[in-house]
This record gives sequence, structure tokens and C-alpha cells, in this order.
Amino acid sequence: MELSGWGWRHSGREEYALRGVDLAIEPGERVLLLGASGAGKSTLLHSLAGLTGQDAAISGDQEGTLLVDGRPADRGRGAVGLVSQDPETQLVMARAGDDVAFGPENLGVDPDLIWPRVHGALAAVGFPYGPRHSTGALSGGEKQRLVIAGALAMRPRLLLLDEPTANLDPAGAELVRGVLARLLAETEATLVLVEHRVADVVDLVDRVVVVEPGGGVIADGDPATVFAGYGRALAEQGVWVPGREPEPELPPAPGGGALLEAEGVAARTPFQLGVRSAPRRVVVEGVDATVNAGTATALTGPNGAGKSTLLTLLAGLSRPHRGQVLPRGPLAGVDRRPLARWPARRLAGHVGTVFQHAEDQFVTATVRDELRFAPLRAGMGRAEADAWVDELMERLRLTRLADVHPYTLSGGEKRRLSVATALSSGPAHAPDVLVLDEPTFGQDTRTWTELVELLGALRAEGRALVMATHDGLLLRHLADARLRVAEGRAVYEPAERTAPARTGEEGGGRE
Amino acid sequence: MSEWRTTDALTLDVPGRGGARYWLVGLNPAAKLLAALLLGLGLVPAVDAVTGGVVLAGALVLLPFSGIDRRTLFVLGGPFLLMGLSSGLVNYLYGEHGAEGALGAAVRLLAIALPGLLAAVSSDPTEMSDALVQRLRVPERPAMGVLAALRLIPLLADQWRTITLARRARGLEAGSNPARVVTLFSGRLFALLVRSIRTGTLLATAMDARAFGTGPRTRARRSRWRGADTLLLAGAALLLVAAYALSSRLGTLVLLFS
Repeated sequence: MELSGWGWRHSGREEYALRGVDLAIEPGERVLLLGASGAGKSTLLHSLAGLTGQDAAISGDQEGTLLVDGRPADRGRGAVGLVSQDPETQLVMARAGDDVAFGPENLGVDPDLIWPRVHGALAAVGFPYGPRHSTGALSGGEKQRLVIAGALAMRPRLLLLDEPTANLDPAGAELVRGVLARLLAETEATLVLVEHRVADVVDLVDRVVVVEPGGGVIADGDPATVFAGYGRALAEQGVWVPGREPEPELPPAPGGGALLEAEGVAARTPFQLGVRSAPRRVVVEGVDATVNAGTATALTGPNGAGKSTLLTLLAGLSRPHRGQVLPRGPLAGVDRRPLARWPARRLAGHVGTVFQHAEDQFVTATVRDELRFAPLRAGMGRAEADAWVDELMERLRLTRLADVHPYTLSGGEKRRLSVATALSSGPAHAPDVLVLDEPTFGQDTRTWTELVELLGALRAEGRALVMATHDGLLLRHLADARLRVAEGRAVYEPAERTAPARTGEEGGGRE
Repeated sequence: MSEWRTTDALTLDVPGRGGARYWLVGLNPAAKLLAALLLGLGLVPAVDAVTGGVVLAGALVLLPFSGIDRRTLFVLGGPFLLMGLSSGLVNYLYGEHGAEGALGAAVRLLAIALPGLLAAVSSDPTEMSDALVQRLRVPERPAMGVLAALRLIPLLADQWRTITLARRARGLEAGSNPARVVTLFSGRLFALLVRSIRTGTLLATAMDARAFGTGPRTRARRSRWRGADTLLLAGAALLLVAAYALSSRLGTLVLLFS
């Protein structure tokens, strides 16, 4: 593939996402594409897959030339396999085999040849079930393997991977990386990979290309050379460079008495409709947990084990199937009833929740209104509320965006705003308990460090933090207690907090 | 060699498949749809309780073989039952044919609705789409689009639950004020709309990346028409004829506008 003077501007934007890109990739090369967040890496991958152009899925203006196999990329759609972050929005069919067959069907492959291809692709990714298995019943890692199989079944000349492990838990990510390593060892496939957890994939590639927002290629070469020359610059731009993980400065945890206590809590899956739909199943059962002031409690465990469910119970957002979550200490002085029975307004003042998808919790049309919402409802005066909102925006680098619609923010900005909204509600400028679902998920090192330092400061003020996470770096820096949720149970684990390992093996957040 | 695999891939890997309880599930969705359509249209002219009653009885006989569980039947069939009852009540109070006319209206509505409900609920969406495209010559793009959208429904349900929880976390709850219930509900609906548009766009992009719409497609699965499918259609036609024959023999047949 070959790009010369290539640039791309999304329709309706003034600035180019990328411009003046000159790059040639030979067959069989394995390339890691790096750059700060917003540097247009995903755009480049989408263009290589032929998805951008006048009549294509993503519209905008193109300049220069982009050739794949000597042809413009948008003509060769289907000759390139693309795997993106979220497997949930990449699976089309209800059954695994049908989904893998979808690409070959679209390419007009003879039906008699499709099923051998499907079985071959499923075997290549080590898919553990038959082709009739329901795609809805798979774990995240299994789904992403199925997506890769779907791309392989099209026999692409070029495989593009856009953060293929970003939405997976460590076990799922490990599965997918294993599949990739085997594929690359056994085939001649050309690969272009975007991945923020550089340490995890650096062994899979033989070339690293760094692009700059609105610009072109600023570094290109083998991994060792590029990281030696540009490691510092990349790290400063927020890229997770091996050996340059952030070192947040955290005050010690003061600890304190119990604020919440879960007693024999159980939760079930929501009910579904349909022929032979799965009956309601118990997700977690018999959970006893204590949330202490001035302490960070981490919920760990594989995806789908019930971390998020348990989190909504501890936050008082949903009612447990059995057992209860009770306020303790100062919180019991506010209202003695189980947390799930508190009126929403009272709950929001004392227990703040940050959701995994920040957008879910936005309720107004501008950043400023979003932050002003809770204090005004809590009865704070207009002037006082504005002062508090200005302080919050300053603290989380949102001042410049005060009048912007929350939905139009970037991923990092959304995350900062969602934390700020949860903080904005408390009477003493923050709630007593802050519950966070994957707070560092997808963040670059700059946002990551800011978040962790902010959380550390809140803990030092004596607030309780409860967070579901599989970010190893966050766990090592912040977690005082670990509650492992797996197989329907939640068990406390000893939290060994040592200096973060320099290998970056579990290297923190992603973008 | 691919022959057995083609048929093999036709069924979802779910325990409990097969056996008399799932007889209707195993039929071609096109046959079920046509049979339901035939019965529904066939019942339009007749407004008496006997003609509709025979068809309703026939459809009820199939109910135990449709694989539908009690809860789903209750949730999906409940509204129809209510509609039937209220239609009967309105006819009883304001109609010109008294109790007999009211009973006819209620039974007719249920007799038209039940076969359609059975056809929809007992059909796997993938098989339905294959049958529509291959048997009934429905254009491919909308059929695939609907299929992909169906896969997103559970996802949408999850997002709705999350949005509801997130509103409570922000201190928003309707309580007992009906005006607030409406405002809050529309706010949640809007948030869900934004999320679902995003999800839909991503899915469409993923489908494009897999060469959807680049040219003529081939079909990995064949939608088969078996003897049992013909039998179902013939049975539906026979049931309709029997219903009209019985009601005219008994002298109860009342035609629309007569």
C-alpha cells in the first residue's frame, strides 16, 4: 500500500485530521501506528479499508493519493480486513458461523466454498464453539476472536486492527493477542495495528510509524529506534510508551470508618422475552462488603462476572434481589433506610457514580449546565454555584469547553466531565462515596494521571472510593482493598501495593 | 461435502431444539408467514363468532407446538387479549348486533392476531430473513438491515437500563408527579436515541468493511421448503374452508357489510 501527500478532512470540519502523509508499506510488513489521541490513526485505518470517500460510510474531503495493491482503496473494499475496538458493534448475525460467512457472501464466494472457509477461519482463531453457537452468548474476548475470524474468512491481503483489545478484560485481551501472534507467525499477512498499550504488542510488529495530529508521519522505523528517538515526545503527548508509565504523586490513604455495608447481597440478570430465552440468572450472591471512608476499594474480576452489577447495588442505584446495602456512620445519620430506597436527590448528594459510558449520565446541553445542575438542585445560590463550577472546570481542564455540548467532547474530555459531574453534587463540594466503573478506560497518560491524582486527593479528604477496574497500574497505585468478583461470588484479596513494575506488562489505560 | 454443513448451520445451537414441542419452530418461516396471512385475510369478510372461533381453535391447537413459554405468551399475547375484550365490549355497548356481534368481533380479532403472533415468535430471525429473501423474493438490503438491527435489541435494552440508573445517580427521579414522569421519560428516550444512532452507525461501518453492498451476494444458507411446510399451508387453507362451511351450515355466518 502506498500513500503520497495524503490528507483527510471530515465533512463539516475546518482542520484536516491528517495531512501530507507519505507512507509505503510492503507486503508482509507488520506496522504499529502511533500518535497522540486525535492524531487521526483510526481515520487512516478506515481509509485503508475503503470506508472513506464521497459515497462511503464516512464522508469528507480527501487530498493526495492512497493506493492499496495499486488501486484506490475505496474501489478495493473487501480486499482489506478491518477489526475495530468494540466487538459488539461488529457482529452482524445471530450465529457464529453465519457471521463469519457474512463477508464471503458479500464478496460473492460460491456457497459450496463458504463453509470450508468459515470452519478454517474459526479454527485459525481457536474459536471454542461450533458454528451454530449464538453470538450473543459469547464473552468479549470470544466475540473479538469471532470478529477476527470474520475478517480472515474474506482472505484479505491486508489486515487492519484498530485497538482490537481495548474493550476486553486482561484475559480476553490475552486471548486475542495469542491469536494474533499465531496468525502472524503462520501466515504472510500484512498488518497495520493501532494500539495504545504499546508494551503488549511491541513484540508483534517490526516497524513503528508515528503520526501527528493534522500532520503527517513524524517518525518511522524499527521499534527500538523509534522509541529511543521519540519515546519522550510520545510519552509527553499521552502515548503509553513502554518504560515511561506515568508516576502519579498520591497522598497516603487516611482510612476511616464504614460508610456503606452490603449484607448478603444478590443480583439477577434482567428478564428477556422470546422463545427459549434464557431464564433470569443470579449474577452475584451472598456478597458481604464494607466501604470505608478514606479508602479506595477496587472490584476486580473478568468481564461479565458482575462487577458493574455489584457497583450499581453499592451505589444504591438498583435494588438487590436479596440482602441489602445499608448506610453506616455519618451516612446512617442522613437516612437509615437501605440505600436503594433513598430518594434520588438525596442519594446524588452523598453517593456519586461515574458510568463507564460517560454520555449515559449527561442530562443538559452544555458543559457548564452539566456541572451547575446538581449544585443548583441542592439549593446552592447562583453565584456560589458558578464559582464552584468554575473551580471544577479549571481543575479538570474543561474551562475552554464551558459552552460546548457534552456529546461533542472527545473521549478524554467526556471522562473528565463525567467525573466532574459526580463531584459537583455533594454539599461539601463532593459526595461522601464516589463509585466509578472503569474510570481510566481508554484514557491517554495525561488524563490518566490527572484522574488518579484527583482520586488520590479525594481519598485524602476522607472520601470513600469504589471502582470496578482491570487497569493494573491503577490497582497498584490506588487500590487499598481488592474485592474480586468471579463465578457469582465476591471475595476480598490482599492488596499488595508495590512500586509499579517497569515492564508495563499490565500497562494501564487505553485510549 | 458442504451439503450437510449448509443444513447444519441452519439451526441455532440451543438445547431443547427438536421434538413435538418445537414442531412449529422447525418449519420454514415463509410457510408460517403465508399461513398466517392466508388465515388473517380469509377472516376479514366474516364477522361471526363461529367462523372466527374455528380458526382460533385451530391456531390454539398449534400453540403447544410453538415452543413459546408462558411468560412470553402472556407478555406478547396479553395486549391482543385486551384488545379483543375491549373491541367486544365496545361492540356490545354501541354495536347493532348485541351480544352475538360483540362475541364475533372479539373472537375475530384474536383469530386474526394469534396465527401472526405464532409465526413471528416461533421463527428464528436469521431463518426468517433467509426465507423472506429466498422464498418470498424480498429485496436483500432491507432484509439484512432488519436482521442486523434485531441483533442490537438486547444491546438497546441494556443501554436503556443503564440510562435509567444514570438518571437516578444524577438525582433525577420522577416520583409521583405525572408531568415529571413525562419530561424525564422523554429525556431518557433522547439519550437512548443518541446512543442507538451511534451504535447503528458503527455497525453499518463494520458491515461496509466486510464488503456489504459491493456487488451481488451469494447465500451461505439455503432456505428449504419441506413437505411439512406445504402441509401447514394446506392445513391453513383447509381450516379456513372448514370454518366457512361450518358457519354457513349452522346458519351463523355473517358477512361484513351485510
